[in-house]
Amino acid sequence: MTETARTRPDQGMAEAPSGPGLEGRSVEELPLHMRRSGFDPAPELRAIREGEGVRKIRTPFGLEAWMVTRWSDVREVLGDAATFSNEWQPQRRMAGLPGMPKRSPEELARMRAGNLLAFDPPAHTRLRRMLTPEFTGRRMARLEPRVREIVDQHLDAMERAGSPADLVADFALPVPSLVICELLGVPYEDRAEFQRRSAKLLDLSRPMDERMRAGDEQRAYMASLVAREQADPGEGLLGMLVREHGEDLTTDELVGIANLLLIAGHETTSNMLGLGTLALMDHPDQLALVRDDPDAIGPAVEELLRWLSIVHSGTFKTTTRPAEIAGHAIAEGELVMLSIPAANRDPALLEEPERLDVRRGALGHVAFGHGVHHCLGAPLARMEMRIAFPALLQRFPDLRPASEDRRFRSFNVVYGMESLPVAWGGA
Amino acid sequence: MGELRADRAVCIGAGMCVMTDDAVFDQDDDGIVVLLNENPEVDEKVRSAVDACPSGALSIREE
Repeated sequence: MTETARTRPDQGMAEAPSGPGLEGRSVEELPLHMRRSGFDPAPELRAIREGEGVRKIRTPFGLEAWMVTRWSDVREVLGDAATFSNEWQPQRRMAGLPGMPKRSPEELARMRAGNLLAFDPPAHTRLRRMLTPEFTGRRMARLEPRVREIVDQHLDAMERAGSPADLVADFALPVPSLVICELLGVPYEDRAEFQRRSAKLLDLSRPMDERMRAGDEQRAYMASLVAREQADPGEGLLGMLVREHGEDLTTDELVGIANLLLIAGHETTSNMLGLGTLALMDHPDQLALVRDDPDAIGPAVEELLRWLSIVHSGTFKTTTRPAEIAGHAIAEGELVMLSIPAANRDPALLEEPERLDVRRGALGHVAFGHGVHHCLGAPLARMEMRIAFPALLQRFPDLRPASEDRRFRSFNVVYGMESLPVAWGGA
Repeated sequence: MGELRADRAVCIGAGMCVMTDDAVFDQDDDGIVVLLNENPEVDEKVRSAVDACPSGALSIREE
């Protein structure tokens, strides 16, 4: 059984790197913040948390950054956007690195437009406030019946096809993907293409130029959808933005918003569903609880979010002024990155942090971040998971892994499974 | 005891407060925090909602 992260089989050492990508590197060479041991953050990350707290490291792209590992420090950095800025610094610096496509400042500005993660308040606040109404508790309650329907349809299809199945391809990926398509107003028929592009974009084991090309194609696709919504606004979120904020938002901003939400909406929840199901299958008593007790799922989702921490780091920050983290002086203009898994396994957050216990469901975790960039889609992700996990486990009460081989996918912006063969019933 | 304050200008509408204690907190149509009554009792639940608030819009003025 492979409990460690693996690189893609098609990315062997023989392939010459064509840019500052990471293709062909061994597990030991994974960037520190992505290193895991199965579900757990790598021991090196815990050692930093228990030792000096922050450490200056060399990032995959050759830049130096401070790695912050303690829960209280991570919360402090995330909570202080004025000192720890999200503005496009790393990308601007990376643009000068060898192997990066040459882009003009105008082109970079167009690519950044509408990307909420690339702005600080007040520019960020302006965009965020346009989107907030679409993710309230009430809005989620209205979406819930449709999400249940989508979940049931996919479970029906799995049942019809019979055991075994690939939980990632048959359930964990298509459910959130269809949900976000309907919410945005993106045609689901186009999924094969945009799923392929967003997978490439986030897969750090691929050559940089290939990832950048996928990003460009994705933006071009979004631009065509936005043009259609501008001509004839639909009922989805994109149509709403055109109707209600069409005068205020530029076309580039609409494209940027749509792009971010589409990628964020299916790459995250889908990996939570895949990894979360595997984690529950490894803890049968907890799986039974989630399956049989309707009150268990709320806390269980929080605990799975904390314990799995699928987003390794979130965005880089740049210090706008001198700061101090865990007693270390950080100068102005330095890069700061966060280890979300290390922070969420910090004993300062809760007792016995290494143990999965779906009964506790502490809210203080930073799996959705913290501060002004706290995940916009968190209410949607929570709702999808609260519906999907119990529905899956009730439909297949004896769900179990169908293979000993665990294909963790760690060379990626989001941790997850490449595939997850599962079986049920007698098969 | 203490006085609960909600700064609607700072709120980003994450809804963590409503999720934590929907007897005290609500969101308006724009997703921004609303206190359901003027001076709620500041109990454990309210304190955890204040802790959970990502934007720092909630605070307790200790008396």
